[in-house]
Amino acid sequence: MNVTEKFTPQTWPEHPETATMEGKNKFIGFWLFLAGETVLFASLFATYLALKDSVPDASHPLAKDLFSLPLVFLMTMILLTSSLTSVYAIYHMRNYNFKKMQLWFAITVLLGASFLALEIYEFNHYVKEFGFTFGSSAFSSAYYTLVGTHGAHVTFGLGWITALIVRNAKRGLNLYNAPKYYVASLYWHFIDVVWVFIFTAVYLIGKVG
Amino acid sequence: MGNEQLKEPDFNVRFEYRRKKSKEEMRFQLISFMLMIFLTILAFIAVGSNHFPPKFVIPFLLLLASVQVGFQLYYFMHASEKGHTFPMTFMYSAILVAFVTVLVFMTIIWW
Repeated sequence: MNVTEKFTPQTWPEHPETATMEGKNKFIGFWLFLAGETVLFASLFATYLALKDSVPDASHPLAKDLFSLPLVFLMTMILLTSSLTSVYAIYHMRNYNFKKMQLWFAITVLLGASFLALEIYEFNHYVKEFGFTFGSSAFSSAYYTLVGTHGAHVTFGLGWITALIVRNAKRGLNLYNAPKYYVASLYWHFIDVVWVFIFTAVYLIGKVG
Repeated sequence: MGNEQLKEPDFNVRFEYRRKKSKEEMRFQLISFMLMIFLTILAFIAVGSNHFPPKFVIPFLLLLASVQVGFQLYYFMHASEKGHTFPMTFMYSAILVAFVTVLVFMTIIWW
């Protein structure tokens, strides 16, 4: 099959992401990768939960002193909305509407970037106001490793989606790049899945005790 | 590709049907998004209000998170569509490993 073939909305396959052998392989391989990522994050969560509030002395801040719920709530809403916008992008991909797909992915990138900005602000705040640095306690190391790994995934996802948008801007939608967009959107949803557990297990349960 | 044998009117009928179907799907996506927002707000209220004991709040929060992740996987990541048997086998195996890892770290290993 000629993957760069031009389609019309009528001839475009219902599931363009798995219409080619390459697409099928990407799809299955990417889910396998996400399963591996789940285990990676599980080990970081387990480490964090085991080391939570393990501090050298009483002057070191604990989870309930540090976290501010309004900021985390805002970050959660932004990331959740960006998950929805990438669903819209895939909806337009399946309808062979390249421009709208690009637009919704661009909105996703903007929301992701604002999430990242808030996270940088948050880390900076902890270091400046509380002296809560990577090396200040077992608790802080576990916290920064877990939340920082998630932040690194957000950063990578932003670079990835931006690269797809720019690289394919003049090319339009075809069966060669449709699986690429699809897999990037799966990655983006996975980032949101991890965040659901971070705001639950780290921030909300951290506030409870 | 089965599509090539179809005549022009059949093509349009199928196209219309697909458009309708994706629109319907999108409505489900939107509903699951609103439910996710609602569950998130609920989780923040449960903690922020300071009314409930931790023994109730912690299991409640974990339940809300699991429901939200279910929505993400099955609707946003399209796992409810056909052809997701293998991906979901991978994911459930990973979730099992994840669960055991967290459980072990929190119960047997401590500092």
